[in-house]
Amino acid sequence: MKISEQWLREWVDPALDSAGLAEQLTMAGLEVDAISPVAGAFEGVVVGEIVSAEQHPDADKLRVCQVKAGGEELLQIVCGAPNARVGLKAPLATVDAELPGDFRIKRAKLRGVESQGMLCAEAELGLSEANEGLMELPPEAIVGQDLRETLGLDDVVIEVDLTPNRADCLGMRGVAREVGALNGIAVCEPLLEPVAATIEDTFPVSLAAPARCPRYVGRVIRGVDLSRPSPLWLQERLRRGGICSIDPVVDITNYLLLELGQPMHAFDLGVLAGGIEVRTARAGETLELLNGNTITLGDSNLVIADERRALALAGIMGGEGSGVGPETTDIFLESAFFAPEHLAGQARSFGLHTDSSHRFERGVDFTLQRPAIERATALLTAIVGGAPGPVVEAVEENALPQREPVLLRAARIERVLGVAIDDGAVERILRGLGLNVEAVDNGWRCGVPPWRFDIAIEADLLEELGRVHGYHRLPATRIRAELAMPRRPETQLSQRRVRRHLAARGYREAITYSFVDRTQQALFDPALAPVALRNPISSDMAVMRTSLIPGLVATAQRNLNRQQPRPRLFETGLRFLPGDDGSLDQRPTLAVLLGGRRQPEGWACSRDAADFYDLKGDLESLFAVTGCEGEFTFAAAERAGLHPGQTAAIHRGAALVGYLGALHPETLAALDLDRPLYVAELDLAALLDARLPAFAPVSRFPEIRRDLAVIVDREVTAAAIMADVRATAGPYFKELTLFDVYAGKGIDPKRKSLALGLTFRDQSRTLDDEEVTEAVKQVIDSLVKNHNAALRG
Amino acid sequence: MDNLEELAGEARAAIEAAGDGAALEQLRVDYLGKKGRVTALLKGLGKLSAEERPAAGARINEVKESLQGLIAGRKAALDTAAVAERLAGEAIDVTLPGRGEGTGSLHPVTRTIERMEDFFSAVGFEIAEGPEIEDDYHNFEALNFPPNHPARAEHDTFFVDEGTVLRTHTSPVQVRVMESREPPFRIICPGRVYRCDSDLTHTPMFHQVEGLLVDEHSTLADLKGLIEDFLQSFFEQSLAVRFRPSYFPFVEPGAEVDMQCVHCGGEGCRVCSHTGWLEIMGCGMVHPRVFELSGIDPDRYAGFAFGMGVERLAMLRYGVGDLRLFFDNDQRFLAQF
Repeated sequence: MKISEQWLREWVDPALDSAGLAEQLTMAGLEVDAISPVAGAFEGVVVGEIVSAEQHPDADKLRVCQVKAGGEELLQIVCGAPNARVGLKAPLATVDAELPGDFRIKRAKLRGVESQGMLCAEAELGLSEANEGLMELPPEAIVGQDLRETLGLDDVVIEVDLTPNRADCLGMRGVAREVGALNGIAVCEPLLEPVAATIEDTFPVSLAAPARCPRYVGRVIRGVDLSRPSPLWLQERLRRGGICSIDPVVDITNYLLLELGQPMHAFDLGVLAGGIEVRTARAGETLELLNGNTITLGDSNLVIADERRALALAGIMGGEGSGVGPETTDIFLESAFFAPEHLAGQARSFGLHTDSSHRFERGVDFTLQRPAIERATALLTAIVGGAPGPVVEAVEENALPQREPVLLRAARIERVLGVAIDDGAVERILRGLGLNVEAVDNGWRCGVPPWRFDIAIEADLLEELGRVHGYHRLPATRIRAELAMPRRPETQLSQRRVRRHLAARGYREAITYSFVDRTQQALFDPALAPVALRNPISSDMAVMRTSLIPGLVATAQRNLNRQQPRPRLFETGLRFLPGDDGSLDQRPTLAVLLGGRRQPEGWACSRDAADFYDLKGDLESLFAVTGCEGEFTFAAAERAGLHPGQTAAIHRGAALVGYLGALHPETLAALDLDRPLYVAELDLAALLDARLPAFAPVSRFPEIRRDLAVIVDREVTAAAIMADVRATAGPYFKELTLFDVYAGKGIDPKRKSLALGLTFRDQSRTLDDEEVTEAVKQVIDSLVKNHNAALRG
Repeated sequence: MDNLEELAGEARAAIEAAGDGAALEQLRVDYLGKKGRVTALLKGLGKLSAEERPAAGARINEVKESLQGLIAGRKAALDTAAVAERLAGEAIDVTLPGRGEGTGSLHPVTRTIERMEDFFSAVGFEIAEGPEIEDDYHNFEALNFPPNHPARAEHDTFFVDEGTVLRTHTSPVQVRVMESREPPFRIICPGRVYRCDSDLTHTPMFHQVEGLLVDEHSTLADLKGLIEDFLQSFFEQSLAVRFRPSYFPFVEPGAEVDMQCVHCGGEGCRVCSHTGWLEIMGCGMVHPRVFELSGIDPDRYAGFAFGMGVERLAMLRYGVGDLRLFFDNDQRFLAQF
């Protein structure tokens, strides 16, 4: 809402300067976004009138004008504007005038002809962007008068960003009331007297959908002269309110919108047939709107129709062909109330948002329609003439908004605001806002004025009190509460622990969008149909991720392209897994990505590329944080997008909790990546479920270590061998290390050698050699029997 | 005996000249060993008269001891030199960079959320989380946004279907807590939220931390105190904070909070659009309708709620100039936190 300060001060004139006024509005909840002057800084510009315009002798596009500027003598002005014509009144910057941008007008010769000033376009004066020709001032402009005075340009526009609850301030009247209430001063309303009918003509109105339009006021005015332009003051007020001048009738309806907050519409009476019916649209009915679009209506829409057709989308936009035009002589004025709850969302459903829909959706004073039409009639007849008929009003009183009085309990004031406000101040504040305040036991009963759609319960009144009293005057206190120790299970780790662990191992946390590209998603999860957005922002953010991997891979790709050759990334967040039964699992997940060298480049660092086992080792260290690392197992697996020979499913106990693998060479190629990347994805819940430590005594006796190398078929997994060792190594066996794996020269090409270190120890005594030898023998026998193992000689 | 001094001189010179332990040992054997030349002189004492013998013996022993001392001294000197030489050989360039993995980092949004959580949990707030694909009821209706309410238009909502949205704020988590718990409680809800908007200053996903306190006694003044405390703790500055009325359907009275610009100290600069103030959060007293919908008696309980954007706080705290950097995840950006 753009408010001309000059105009506001005609209504209410507090002893505050512009900045003070803006501050007051902001602190009352009408947030001021900007204060801008209505024109650029200029002086020495007067109203000039062109009395002759001759062709310049040496320039096709220039004319030599004689301009009346209030003085005895005519001024000669050379001008290139296409609309420079005899009789035009236009701004004239005289010699020594200062224009915006520190531009001083000097006596000059243009192609040899003297020019004593410059006729101006709006843009040259900082009034608007218009620069196509001279600004055309209306005939009533007084020649020679300072333009700032003529147009009242010593004014600022205060731009208020209104919250949706304050529809009452979508007109000058509401803002003036607010300023009056905030300052405790009176507001001068303009005259809203009825204008007597001079003709008998009416046009019938009926309400076919009274719940949606409970009041419709109309009036016929015959014999208007639309060839006249709108007067300067009207054009200027509209301009300052951000509305373009069109013709006097449209300008006046727009003026009422700005002044009273009542949207209005004017029809060309000549094209209307029968009568006005405010009715629900028929399914499939079409309407060509003023903006040129043709829309197809349904029974959720409300239209203003005559007996032949829909004329306008009620409360939103007029139709093409029924509005006023230059030929119009007789008009039918509309001033209606549409119920906000019924209009809400209608404009949006057609992709529209108009000054009218904006107001009706939020609530227009439902008693305003008749005063507004009277005001419009008075202005219209004064500007374009015409003879008004009687006002016709169709109303369904029962369907108008009901304003129940709201009870305010005195004790609630301190209970909610934290400060007491004395009774006198309470009543003064509420009355100042137009409420009808009546003292009752321990409080007040407050009647709510028809322009406030945001006061229905006690809390609303408390806000009004706090607001006008001033939030800044409320105390700031500290909360008090009983201090109860929180219950925190030690076996439940926090995500913080996981993040910090990975960060300490050199990983950087990334946060990627939860919506991803459908194609990238399909690279890793082709079988799942992801949750798709109806209105994605772009196709690469169209579906909800079923995996965090695509986001991390895209991040790695971006970093690699930016010469960051060693991606080590992780992310935590939800992934969205649709079930077959229509359910949706929003599962907290960790994903990790690794690529590039094993260690950062450095004189003493490994130059090897990181591989599967680097990432696996990092995961294992993460599992160890739970104290339950033994519950996690890896098994060869296949997954879309990953290398079939370098992928493992990860289980905790029997539950599948994630996977780990190298990107498939084809995936790398599809993503235009030229080096291997390793990724893992895990359910966070599996990483956060920890073991409570339970102490076991530490043995004071020495341990015995035995190493053995076994040769087995290549297909035999380390896990199988290690499990066999653990199962057969007897009661003193404590630890197993797999310290070498060898395949190659000296060994059958189908076989491999595994070197195992077994540690034995007892709690209560020193073990003797034979016991250990016996245990190792058991191990070897089992390996030979179960895995076709041979001892390496 | 006349050659004792000569012998001693010769021996001293040889000991001084000995270059290593082996040469020194050889000298010890040559002079002081069983067949050594000094030992031989002692053995020859018997040839002297009884009168001469004690004096001569004493002189020889004196020489012997002095030579022993010299050998020991020389040995120590050689050992020290040998150790020094070895250590010198083992000297390294201590300024060469260390070996191994560097340190990773937490995302600045996580870092900021964790700090916020720490401040609020220190005054008894618990952390609550909830789904990001949310039903219309919890995201809007239960928060007093009726269907088609104009305030919904300010939440540019991503739709999954008619009744399902990507949550536009973390307030639905508050609703879920109110539905399932008996007051009093104090919670904060950090997390991802989504709005269908993307330009220089908006990303379609961002993070919020919202808070809710419900108790028999809680006031707008308490809310003011808590928020002022938080902002001053978070920015470690005694910033001016102001509350002005605003509108959010789920609170009444509602407020917008501005704080003194951290960039210019309130003088006015580009960051605060020359107003000296930064809009930092919305808050207010929980709307009685919201309580009723979640089964909390609005006459018995009062509560307040607040919500702020994490990226905005992080940008102000760390001086990040472009919101979009947070989701670009350039390692050179991430490494700074």
